Amino acid sequence: MSEEILKDRLESVGIEMNPKKRSGSFLLLDQEVKNVAKFMEGLEILPIKRALEKYDWLEDYMWKAVKVKDEYTKEVEEDFNGYFIRALPNAKVEIPVEACLYLSRVKKQKVHNIVIAEEGSEINIISGCTSHPKAMGMHIGVSEFYVKKNAKLTFTMIHSWSEDIEVRPRSGVIVEENGAFISNYVLLAPAKLVQMYPTAYLKRNATAVFSSIVVAFKNATIDMGNRAILMEKGSSAEIISRTISKGGRVIARGHIVAESPEVKGHLECRGLILNEGEILAIPELEAKCPNVDLSHEAAIGKIAEEEIFYLMSRGMTQDEATATIIRGFMEIDIKGIPPALKREIDKAIELAEKELL
Amino acid sequence: MDMLRLVNLGVEVDGRKILENVNLYVQKGQTFVLFGPNGSGKSSLLMTIVGNPKYKVFDGRIIFKGEDITELPTDERVKRGMGIAFQNPPKIGGVKLIDVLKHCAKLGKTEDKIEEYAKLLGMEDFLHRELNVGFSGGEVKRSELLQLMLLNPDFVMLDEPDSGVDLENIAIIGKAIRMLLERDKPMDERSKAGIIITHTGHILNYVDADYGVILYKGRVVCMGNPFDLLKDISEFGYEGCVKRCLRRF
Repeated sequence: MSEEILKDRLESVGIEMNPKKRSGSFLLLDQEVKNVAKFMEGLEILPIKRALEKYDWLEDYMWKAVKVKDEYTKEVEEDFNGYFIRALPNAKVEIPVEACLYLSRVKKQKVHNIVIAEEGSEINIISGCTSHPKAMGMHIGVSEFYVKKNAKLTFTMIHSWSEDIEVRPRSGVIVEENGAFISNYVLLAPAKLVQMYPTAYLKRNATAVFSSIVVAFKNATIDMGNRAILMEKGSSAEIISRTISKGGRVIARGHIVAESPEVKGHLECRGLILNEGEILAIPELEAKCPNVDLSHEAAIGKIAEEEIFYLMSRGMTQDEATATIIRGFMEIDIKGIPPALKREIDKAIELAEKELL
Repeated sequence: MDMLRLVNLGVEVDGRKILENVNLYVQKGQTFVLFGPNGSGKSSLLMTIVGNPKYKVFDGRIIFKGEDITELPTDERVKRGMGIAFQNPPKIGGVKLIDVLKHCAKLGKTEDKIEEYAKLLGMEDFLHRELNVGFSGGEVKRSELLQLMLLNPDFVMLDEPDSGVDLENIAIIGKAIRMLLERDKPMDERSKAGIIITHTGHILNYVDADYGVILYKGRVVCMGNPFDLLKDISEFGYEGCVKRCLRRF
């Protein structure tokens, strides 16, 4: 495989392999760990199998946040590789850690990742998942996140698959007291199928923010959403998605469950269909007790002619005006995201812009 | 010198005729005020001049600086030196005012003026806000004028820049419009021209326009000194005023 292609593909999902810009790096090529490096203290990165050998206690974390058992998770249980990333107690890992999963030749890439933000720590992870342009196959990724008391984990995932890839991530997050989990998901390149429904379990005063920007190109089916279970008092969740169909089919899900009083959740899904396509938005709110504050808004639309005309009256061509509006649509004001991650998201949006016109 | 010439202009929207046989001739240095009751076609006229695709020209021509621009798309007209401030611009989520301002400034070669003009219009704190989202009436007007000042057009169209604006704001807006139209320069030194739509005529206290035009039921029916016309309109109403004009013709 040419190194050029690999480098190109990695860059498209924000993976730079540059020690100056990252605090750690992990690369999984098909089922094989190609690179593990860390550039700062307070951080631990290991291939998951090595980590399991090293720490007996890690077994307790396996299959705890991801409880779903389906045919895909079963396959991962039998054979897997992946990363173990851990921020030690009170460590502040501000410069992002990058983790890349690259699918090239195998029919199925089976991954199990564990991320732990120990008490009082802060960590930013950028995870880029991509494939060789001619690859065909399936990526099954189990990811379990543990955010301990007073810790904060920001996880930005950029997907850029090729047209013949099926992707089935299975993610779960447990956020302990006063912890915060911020997830950003960006999918702006073709894929055959993406199906996932990451779930966060929130303890007392814990928060989770899920933001997703998704484009479904022709022949793609993107069935994705986020779920938050507000288990204890003071917990809150915000789930925001922007989905664009450019000929593909999108199912934009969202589910917030209030299991305790005095919790707060907001769901916002907005969709835009360019020319043709299909979007099904399914926002669900579920309250199991009184004194909760749950809300949602969902809207699906098109680019208003009036907006295009307005920007053209400022001298933009029709294409420039359209691109500006689409860009605006994808602009989510993500709170608490470090500039380096925001840049990667912006870069991915820029790359996609041309494809969307 | 010719700035804009409308020749027998007829316009329809969704198959409905809204302007017929409109003739207007604006020369460099001149400012026109457009009066008319609600629904008389004032905004439609500006929309047609700037090329809103909803407004279809079924008759006549639009000549701008000697060139027939009737078929040109909006951006091409703007690149040739037209600019418009909308009465009710759309809100565009996620698009920041500053991004649009930069685009205007590039075209108007005013890139070094963004801060100065933003300050002049009291919009410094709005630069990173989403376009028109949550703007008050006065803020919308100021934002429109800021974009226009940076675009620096030769032909300026203002659709009710004074409606719903309080006294303090109207002074700021008046000053900006005077700058846009070079009203503080003597006639022969001006290179700009413009049309202002006003209902109340408040803006005339700040901008001494040269001509007034009344648009009535899609046609130009009166033309004269804008201050006299405004007086007649307030005295006799549009209908009375139009009757007097027709008698005079």
